[in-house]
Amino acid sequence: MKTLIRGGEVVLLDGVEKLDILIEDKKIVKLGKQINADGDCKVIDAGGKTVFPGIIDMHVHLREPGFEGKEDIESGSKAAVAGGVTQVCCMPNTDPVCDNAVVVKYIKARQKEVNLCKINPIGAITKGEKGETLADIGKMAQAGAVAISDDGRSVMNSLIMRLGMEYASGFNLKCLCHCEDINLVDGGVVNEGKNSTLTGLKGSPRAAEDIMIARDISLAESLDVPVHICHVSTYSGVDIIRSAKKRGVKVTAETCPHYFVLTDDIITDFDTFTKVNPPVREEVDRLAIIEGLKDGTLDCIVTDHAPHSQKDKEVEYNLAAFGMSGIETSFALSYTHLVKKGIMSLNELAKLMSYNPAKTLGLEGGEIKEGEVADLAIVDLNEKYVVDGKKFLSKGKNTPFNGYEVYGKVHTTIVDGEIKYSC
Amino acid sequence: MLKSKDLLGLRDITAEEITLILDNAEDMKMRLKKGQKSFDLLKGKTLVTLFYENSTRTRSSFELAGKYLGATEINIAAASSSVQKGETLIDTGKTLQALKTDFIAIRHPMGGAPSLLAKTVGCSILNGGDGMNEHPTQALLDMLTMREQLGTLKGIKVAILGDIKHSRVAKSNLFGLTKMGAEVWVYAPKTLIPKGFDELGAHIATSREQCVEGANAVMGLRIQLERQSGGLFPSLSEYSRFYGVNDAVLKYADKNAVVLHPGPVNRGVELTPALIDGDRSRIEDQVTSGLAVRMAALKLLSEYREAHL
Repeated sequence: MKTLIRGGEVVLLDGVEKLDILIEDKKIVKLGKQINADGDCKVIDAGGKTVFPGIIDMHVHLREPGFEGKEDIESGSKAAVAGGVTQVCCMPNTDPVCDNAVVVKYIKARQKEVNLCKINPIGAITKGEKGETLADIGKMAQAGAVAISDDGRSVMNSLIMRLGMEYASGFNLKCLCHCEDINLVDGGVVNEGKNSTLTGLKGSPRAAEDIMIARDISLAESLDVPVHICHVSTYSGVDIIRSAKKRGVKVTAETCPHYFVLTDDIITDFDTFTKVNPPVREEVDRLAIIEGLKDGTLDCIVTDHAPHSQKDKEVEYNLAAFGMSGIETSFALSYTHLVKKGIMSLNELAKLMSYNPAKTLGLEGGEIKEGEVADLAIVDLNEKYVVDGKKFLSKGKNTPFNGYEVYGKVHTTIVDGEIKYSC
Repeated sequence: MLKSKDLLGLRDITAEEITLILDNAEDMKMRLKKGQKSFDLLKGKTLVTLFYENSTRTRSSFELAGKYLGATEINIAAASSSVQKGETLIDTGKTLQALKTDFIAIRHPMGGAPSLLAKTVGCSILNGGDGMNEHPTQALLDMLTMREQLGTLKGIKVAILGDIKHSRVAKSNLFGLTKMGAEVWVYAPKTLIPKGFDELGAHIATSREQCVEGANAVMGLRIQLERQSGGLFPSLSEYSRFYGVNDAVLKYADKNAVVLHPGPVNRGVELTPALIDGDRSRIEDQVTSGLAVRMAALKLLSEYREAHL
C-alpha cells in the first residue's frame, strides 16, 4: 500500500518547499515535484497546507500505570496525535514508578494495543524516584527505555546523581535532569518575585533551579558524559547552559511553550491551572528563553504535558497539583508565538520540535527525507482557533491558555505511514 | 455602594470603597461607644464564621459584629468539621450555601482560599485572613484607628516593623494606605522582607530610625514563630535589640504619633511593655475599631446583596 501526500508545503531541515511525498511500507520513499500516483495509491490532498515532520515530545506524563484518573496511555495518545505529535517519551513518575523492566515492557505493550503515537518509556534514575539507590538501569535499557530521569524531583544527593549519570552512560542512556534544589524551594509554589509577594503565594527563587542546572552540568563535564536539562524556565539557567556549551560540555536542554509565552502575571487571581513546576517566571526570563531557542542554547521544545483531574485542581492554590495539559496546544502556541511573530522560520521550529529531540535521544523520525519513517503532521497555518481546554482529548483539561487565539491547526497526523488522526 | 459581593482584599477595591467602609465604621463605632449593641440591619440574615486557623480576636469580632447587627450567627472551627474527614473547601462552601447562608467570614492558612470560595458560591465572602495574602478587615481597622487619631490618611507616614514577609496585615495595609495617599515604610531583618515589596509601593528603610522618622503611626507586627521554617533570625533577643520598637526609637516619630499592633503582641519583642501600655498606644482601641469595621462591611455587603442579587 502506497500513500501520496500531494501539493503540501513540506518543511525540510533547511527550508520549506512545495513537494509531493510518496510513502511506502512505513517509509518516505520519494520526495519530489509532481509524483504520479499509480494504481493502489491512496492520495491525501495537502494543497494549501503544510507538512511538518511529526512532532517528538520528549517530555510527557501519561500517568499510566497508577493515575488513570488523570490520563491513560490511550487518552494521552489520542491527545498526542491531535497535537501533531507522532512520538512521545513518557516520564517514570507513575504508580508503580517506572524503575524496572516490567513497567517499561508494560508501557510498550500498551502502546502496541493503543497503536496511535510511538511511546518511548523513560526509566527512573533511582528506585522509586527516591534519590537513594540506582534503579535497574541496564535492564530498563534492554527493555526499551530511551533515557533515565527522576522527573518531578532532583536527585538531591550529588554522589548518587554522579553514579546514575556515569552508570547510564555505559548503556548509552542520557540523564534528563529535573533541576530543583528542594531545600531552597522550601514549599514554594510560584516564582519568587513581585507577584509572589502580591498574592502571598510562597515563591521559589530562580536560584533553586539554577543551582541544580549548574550542578548537573558540572557533573557531566567532569565525567565527560552527555546530560540533558529539562524544562528550563530561568534567564540565568539559559546562560549557564550557553556557557557550558561554549566550553564543549555535552549538554542539551529543553523548554516548554508556557515558558516562552507566559509570565507570572497569570498567577495573580489564584487560577490553579497556572501552577506548574518550575513556575512560569518573569518577562526577562521569557525573553531569554526565546533568545536561547534562537541561538541554539535550548535544543528542544517539549510540553511537560501534565494532565490532572478536576479534583486535583479545584482546590486551594497550595494544594493544587503542579502541571499543565499541553500536548494538544504545543504546535499552535509555538507556531503562533515564534514563527508568526517573526522570531524564527518554520524549519527552525521543526528542528526544535522534531529533529533535535530525535537527535538528543537517538530516536527515529524528526525529519522529512527519503528513507526516513513517515511520521508527519499536516497543518493549516492560516487556520485560527481559540484554545478551549474542555475540548481536549486528553483527560487533563488543565490549560492556562483557555481563550488564547492561536494559528496552526493540525488536520492530519500520520505515524509510520498510517493516518492516526484527522479532522 | 460597594462594587462586589465579597470583601476579599484591599488589592482590588477602590479608595472610594475604602472611604465608604471607614465612614460607615466610624458611625458604628460612635454608636457602640454610646452603648448601642443592637442593630436590626441584618435581621433574617445568616453569618457563618469558617475558621481553618485558630483565632480568638478576629473570630469573636466577626461573631459579635453579626450578632449586634441582628444576624443569625454560627461558627465552624475546621478542626471539628467535615474538613477533617477530607471535605474540600468547595464542597464545604456549597453545603453552607445550601443551608441558606448569606455571609461567610473565612480564615484560611492558604492564600487565595477566600477567592476560590467566592467564585464557587453566591454567599458574600469576607476574608478574615488568608495565608500570606490579605487580611482586609485588619487593615481597615488600622486605617480607621489612624484616621480618627490623625484626621486624615492622606499624606501621613506609617512605619511598619516586624515580620513583613509572612504578614497579610502588612500587605493589606500597604494596598489600603497607599490607595488613600499615605506613605508606608517598613523595616525588618532582610530575611523577613518579601521580594518586590518596594515594587508594590512600600519604602524599605535601611534603619529603624529611618523607618520611624517623622512617622504619624508606628505599627509593630507579630513575629510569628509558628510561620517560620526556622533560621530567619537568630533569636528573639537579637530581634528585639535590632528590630524592636522602644522609647528611644519612638523619639524619632512625630510627637503625636500613635502606636499600633494587630495583636496578639509578644511583649518585649516587637514593642516594649512601656509602649504597649503607654499613652501613645491605641492597641485596645484597635479592637473596638475592628468590631465597627466588620459591622460596616457586613452592612455594606448586605446593601450590595439587596441591590444586585
